[in-house]
Amino acid sequence: MSAVDISTTTLREAVALDDRPARPSAVATSLTFGWRALLKIKHVPEQLFDVLVSPVIFTLMFTYLFGGAIAGSTDAYIQFLLPGILVQTIIIVTVYTGYTLNTDITKGVFDRFRSLPIWRPAPIVGALLGDTVRYTIASVMCIGLGLIIGFRPDGGVLGVVAGVALLLVFAFALSWIFTILGLLLRTPNAVMGVSMMVLMPLTFASNIFVDPSTMPSGLQTFVDLNPVSHLVTAVRGLMAGSAGWGDVTTVLISAVVMTAVFAPITMYLYRNRH
Amino acid sequence: MTENTDPRLAVEATGLVKHFTSGKKTTKAVDGVDLTIPTGSVFGLLGPNGAGKTTVVRMLATLLRPDGGSARVLGHDVVHDADAVRSAVGLTGQYASVDEDLTGTENLLMLARLFGFRGRAATQRVANLLEAFSLTDAGSRQVKTYSGGMRRRIDLAASLVLSPRVLFLDEPTTGLDPRSRNQVWDIVRVLVDDGATVLLTTQYLEEADQLADRIGVIDHGRLIAEGTSTELKRSVGQGAVEIRLADATQRAEAAAVVQRMLGTEPTLPTDPYALSARVPDDGAHLVAQLLPALGEAGIAVPEFSLGQPSLDEVFLTLTGEPLPADETSDGAAVEQEVAR
Repeated sequence: MSAVDISTTTLREAVALDDRPARPSAVATSLTFGWRALLKIKHVPEQLFDVLVSPVIFTLMFTYLFGGAIAGSTDAYIQFLLPGILVQTIIIVTVYTGYTLNTDITKGVFDRFRSLPIWRPAPIVGALLGDTVRYTIASVMCIGLGLIIGFRPDGGVLGVVAGVALLLVFAFALSWIFTILGLLLRTPNAVMGVSMMVLMPLTFASNIFVDPSTMPSGLQTFVDLNPVSHLVTAVRGLMAGSAGWGDVTTVLISAVVMTAVFAPITMYLYRNRH
Repeated sequence: MTENTDPRLAVEATGLVKHFTSGKKTTKAVDGVDLTIPTGSVFGLLGPNGAGKTTVVRMLATLLRPDGGSARVLGHDVVHDADAVRSAVGLTGQYASVDEDLTGTENLLMLARLFGFRGRAATQRVANLLEAFSLTDAGSRQVKTYSGGMRRRIDLAASLVLSPRVLFLDEPTTGLDPRSRNQVWDIVRVLVDDGATVLLTTQYLEEADQLADRIGVIDHGRLIAEGTSTELKRSVGQGAVEIRLADATQRAEAAAVVQRMLGTEPTLPTDPYALSARVPDDGAHLVAQLLPALGEAGIAVPEFSLGQPSLDEVFLTLTGEPLPADETSDGAAVEQEVAR
């Protein structure tokens, strides 16, 4: 290591502060944490691997494996499948919210944030804002691939964008569940494991892959109650240009309810952690 | 809220208590700690791992809510006025860290922005801090590539972005090489010279001795002694005689003589030629008679000295247990542990 010389004068001058800056707003603080999330993506691009690869694998696999059997042709199936696969991809990516939060806690970074005189929810809100960038990237990947292999949404650009926007709102709301897990569980891997256990039934026992009308009645009830099913129906509707406003409203209401319930729990746990 | 506050006090805590429950077992991590730290001074909280040092700091830094008692930092209550405390306090420690994935510059820039510095003011502040901590060249590298000393400097710089008036340093030099440790000490001295108040936790007696105006010894969540380094040493007794023998086979015999003359049980270090014994209170005159007594017994003593008690001995006396082996500055306490 090269010789390091700490100059007393430089140190004094650097630390001295004549005017303490005004405290930044809640929005500015959250955006700073969002910026941090983007820096993390820049420095650790491996974390995008799942985001980039899983939609490709799922879309190709399901389209060509089941397309013919389920819908008669892969071309017909992709019209049905793609909005669903998009929803599944994004929902699985929301798990990373809890995972990264837990990593920050284990590494002690979060305690530094908690010791700062800032708007308390900012670190979590900022992280969620950064995550929406991740969701957007995954959405672009998924839809881009879909377009290449024959997805032709009747809703046009506007319909697709509206579908993605609705999905992002839902993902933001759903993330609060994973922030709770991130705060409660001990290790990042435990967060990952438990989250997947929650997500598997939510995504597979839905209308993402097949029309639920052939399912046993008990399962059909679950699928009908599953908020993911409503989300998929709404996104499908928006992208096909035949949106059922009832489904869109249901999704928005469930997003509000999830945020209203899980965000305060998250903040309670965040404040009272030790 | 409660009694009037003395403006000359940076930290005042009364009866701080914190329990941790895991399963059915409840541990009292901190069990009634009182602290009074005058503005502009350095207080060293000394104790072994698990003594409750970090828990005390975390409560004072508003990261943990006390289960009992109260604390004020610069007159602000840590529970009811937590935000005011956060504005005044800088925290560095094992549990408040910078982000390893980001570069040094990005870490500081993020903090600067969170404190309200904008645009050029933020970049300028960060550049000055990096320069002052000799990290300008490393600024564009991810923190995970830093050496231990650099890492600790960036941690310190991070806690100084808002020029805090009170600084909590939780084991700031644990795991550092002596050179980097001295640097951290120098930095702390400069900050204190400029009026900062420092609460420092440490397992190292030497560190407390070097930096702290007052030292509190903490063990099992309780403050078992408090005072200046000299006061603490004096509380133990007169000091100790250190004897070195010419012939190692005579050690048992010498120990018997020492025991008879001083009335205290000698300590036998790893070195087979050495032994030492505490001098009892008002026993200084006995020391003068010890050397001739050893001579009469036919024991050759090439080295004989009377030393001040070390803080190791302070700790040993106060708790009945030596500090953990790797944190002692000499071998005596270690040997004692082996002997028990």
